Amino acid sequence: MTTVVRTSVTADARNAAGGTRHALASRVAADLRDGWVVNVGIGIPSMVPGLVGGDREVLFHCEHGLLGVGRPAEGEEVDPDVTDAGKAYVTLAPGASAFDSATSFAIARSGRLDLAVLGGLQVSREADLANWVVPGGDPGVGGAMDLAAGARRLWVVMTLTDKAGRPKLLPRCTFPLTGAGVVDRLYTDLGVFEFDAGRLLLRETADGATAGDVASATPVDFEVAPW
Amino acid sequence: MADAREAVSVVPDGASVAIGGFGQVGVPVDLVDALCEQGTTGLHVMANNGGRGLEGERGIGRLLAEDRVRRFTCSFPINPDFFARYFAGSVEIELTPQGTLAERLRAGGAGLGGFYTPTGPGTQLGDGGFVTRYAPGGEPERVMPAKEQRVINGRTYVLEEPLRPDFALVRAHRADRWGNLRFRLGARNFNPPAAMAARTTLVQADHVQRTDPLHPDDVHLPGAFVDVVVSTTHDAAVGASPVAGTTGGSR
Repeated sequence: MTTVVRTSVTADARNAAGGTRHALASRVAADLRDGWVVNVGIGIPSMVPGLVGGDREVLFHCEHGLLGVGRPAEGEEVDPDVTDAGKAYVTLAPGASAFDSATSFAIARSGRLDLAVLGGLQVSREADLANWVVPGGDPGVGGAMDLAAGARRLWVVMTLTDKAGRPKLLPRCTFPLTGAGVVDRLYTDLGVFEFDAGRLLLRETADGATAGDVASATPVDFEVAPW
Repeated sequence: MADAREAVSVVPDGASVAIGGFGQVGVPVDLVDALCEQGTTGLHVMANNGGRGLEGERGIGRLLAEDRVRRFTCSFPINPDFFARYFAGSVEIELTPQGTLAERLRAGGAGLGGFYTPTGPGTQLGDGGFVTRYAPGGEPERVMPAKEQRVINGRTYVLEEPLRPDFALVRAHRADRWGNLRFRLGARNFNPPAAMAARTTLVQADHVQRTDPLHPDDVHLPGAFVDVVVSTTHDAAVGASPVAGTTGGSR
């Protein structure tokens, strides 16, 4: 395993890394493959359908019961019966379908989702995800546990540290789990990780960030292994 | 055909009530308003989410704001008023993963005794530990127990029990006088499973066809699951936008 020298992340590195919601959602959108059926959660993941090129054939699933959701709806396009999981108005793409929530989670649990993209509060070295409650805070699980259990791949999008600078990629999650051993990739403001058969690989760093910046933002050891 | 006020008059204090809708979409707001206005309280509500607690909010948010709910089986409670009562120990939250909630309703409506789902093992909602109710002093009073687990074909599942509410309040786009229902786009969501699960199902439809039946192939939910249909009123929109094309109907 590569040992990485720990340095502190400078504000410059963080800004230059394009640590914005938009940049992260764009980074995820670039990795989607034509033909995939993809569920995106609330928060940063919900921006992904609007950032996938119009020439791409990706079917986005909304867990209350829509398949084929498109970009955000504007003006006359707004239909009050067509929202995403975050309740924002969206468009429907050609080939879209509507169904009830029980059928929708049949899709989610049975391996028909090629990918789910969820936000994260914490991710562990063991690929565990915690994203539904901060201890002592207001709980709300939505479809996250079903998606974590059922999707063929799970990608998590989050900043590597919280607003107070505390790490969110940890040896073990301290918050209640959404799923154990479920995360396949972790997209962060400083770099992209892959969980691969027990190994944690740093596949790339964000523009302006180094592997040292990444190491200083997490207590977890990882291997530097570009794609 | 009854109006919403007459329809909900059968719902007593303390009843269990499944309510369709996801966010503000597909919520039977006329029926919920009528329930609030007749003063029904102590309800066990089964619905996906709780409303944001906005001023003048309709639907489930109003039921929670007016303190009509003693127990809430849901995936996303979100409502700040309800959370305050939850932490103060006066109400109970049975937190349920969204797909599990939909399937528990469907199973109840399908006459099943439950089902094994891969959702939940390794979490507080499968292995137990979620605090469903606090004591007034802030200590946990009721904690969700571990659910029965079984390994099937090498995968771990948990047993989930069906939901069989006394009533369902449901929003449909079209209904005929045989009670056949058709839903619209994302407004279908929890409405069919809620309608199936309940012993008595009350429907608010945006268009009621008193003479013409729906074409059999256009029926999303057969009338066998439906007891009462009322027509949506003109002000039944709950979102920020007017519900163009889905209000009015044939009152």
